[in-house]
Amino acid sequence: MRRFSEAPAARPLGKRLWGDRWIYLFLLPTTTFVAAYSVWPVLAGIYFSMLDWSGFEASGQFVGFENYRELWNDNLYRNALKNTFVFMVLAVPLRVALALFVALILNSALPFSRVFRTAIFLPVVSTAAILGVVMRFILDPTRGPVNLVLLQTGLIDQPVNFLGTTGLALYTAIVIWVWKWLGITLIYWMAALQTIPQDLYEAARIDGAGAWARFRDITFPLLMPFTIIITLITLVEATNVFDLLLTLTNGGPFYSSEVIDIFVYRQAFAANVPRLGYASAAALSFGVCIIGLALLNMIVRRGLRGRRSE
Amino acid sequence: MRRAAGPTRFSRRAWTVLGIVILTLICALWIYPFLWLASASLKSPLEIFSKGLNLVPDALNWQNYQRAWGTAGFGIYLLNTALITVGTVALVIFHTSLSGYVLGRYDFIGRRFVIGVIVGTFVIPIGMGLIPVVDLTQRMGLLNSRIGVTLALAGSGHAAAILLYTGFFRQLPKELEEAAIIDGAGVFEVFRTIMLPLAGPVTATVAVLTFLAAWNSFLLPLVLTFGSPDKRTLAVGMLAFVGTNETDWPGMAAAAMIALLPVITFFFFVQRYFVEGVAGAVKS
Repeated sequence: MRRFSEAPAARPLGKRLWGDRWIYLFLLPTTTFVAAYSVWPVLAGIYFSMLDWSGFEASGQFVGFENYRELWNDNLYRNALKNTFVFMVLAVPLRVALALFVALILNSALPFSRVFRTAIFLPVVSTAAILGVVMRFILDPTRGPVNLVLLQTGLIDQPVNFLGTTGLALYTAIVIWVWKWLGITLIYWMAALQTIPQDLYEAARIDGAGAWARFRDITFPLLMPFTIIITLITLVEATNVFDLLLTLTNGGPFYSSEVIDIFVYRQAFAANVPRLGYASAAALSFGVCIIGLALLNMIVRRGLRGRRSE
Repeated sequence: MRRAAGPTRFSRRAWTVLGIVILTLICALWIYPFLWLASASLKSPLEIFSKGLNLVPDALNWQNYQRAWGTAGFGIYLLNTALITVGTVALVIFHTSLSGYVLGRYDFIGRRFVIGVIVGTFVIPIGMGLIPVVDLTQRMGLLNSRIGVTLALAGSGHAAAILLYTGFFRQLPKELEEAAIIDGAGVFEVFRTIMLPLAGPVTATVAVLTFLAAWNSFLLPLVLTFGSPDKRTLAVGMLAFVGTNETDWPGMAAAAMIALLPVITFFFFVQRYFVEGVAGAVKS
């Protein structure tokens, strides 16, 4: 048995491995899971993406990069990419900014702040797929409460079909997604705000700085590194909208809210003749983008950590 | 200074009131759908939409719950979800605590490689491995079974839990196991009786986060139970119910309540661990 402090490698390799055999036994469950459910799927996914395969036969026919070439010319794939992109560009800043706004109010030592926080957290812990269905009730064009309120207060003359109108469904989904996940981002922001020393505010107050000046000169600059991290976390989370969108709009109407995950699902599982190879290629080409994004996240984090420790 | 204190205190109070008003409005928007759902689940089909905004039902129609529970199968879906969730939580705690322990306390050949691969799984999007996971589950003969869903949920993406355990075990004093080992206890015995109990707070956080993720999961249970409706989870059952029964709105509301109530109740009891776990993600 050896610890970090003791000098390693004095013994021959084989003896060392044998002596540590219990360590590998402890690691066995995790490594088996990671190999089966993370490493193998990625490798197999690369292979699958080069197959013409309906899933009815044991394996498909190897077609090389044919699936990728077809994707390149597939209008629906490009539409799904565009929708995913629009979703990220609009929903992420909205969620990050609104959560900061709420966090700032909550942070100013209000009474009942725990109650408020818990209320905003309710959708976070609720099943996304169920909330999608619930929102279909709430936004129902003829009888749902949202339309009733808007009609009664005279804000609209005609009921609005929030989820059934081509130009509107994606934006409605964005609002609901922000509603669903705001609570998590709120917690991120509150954790970030707690890192700011309170005496800075006291000093500024004595100098006669108003609320806006305090935000501009203290809060905002000190939050900058967190802004980058929280935005990147939220960007990666924004690729995970399948549950909500499938139950909310199923990608419709007319593919107007179809994102990549729904495109993949439709090709692989919801089609009369599934195209597993084609779906794999779509998932993989998009996955590469996400991995790039995540790597960027890590590099930025490492850079920030380096700068702080200097 | 004294003169300035008056208006400052007043404006501070004004800010507080304004803050409370804004927050109350936001919270109303956040809670209303849940209240509406709860009341809709007790209304009659006619009443559910005719009065739109009214949250108090004329009469309590408990038969909505009977329909959702029995005919629509949500009693079975609740059982499936509970079994899958409990199984997933147990498996995740088991495997992440074991690997977190040795990764945090011992140096061995391959340690850096194992950590590298585990951290790498952070960045794999769920959709990317979906088709191979279905293929693998089928090859194991576990398609359309609760065990197949449980293994898939427990097996993919628990890097955060492993790193939480690793960080915790790493900072414990070295002498802890030595005395026990001199007394002749086995390594696993030491882990089970000394190390795991010490890691109680980490286990609580991992359990809570895994519980919520497993209960709310949708994509994997959906594609792994296509062929067997009686193995569906609540979320998957909801989709099927909406697909086949677009007219039974109160039944759907009752079904949604059956799905949401357990997890919301659970959250109220363990809020602290959840908030700490999430906040820890951004602080580190």
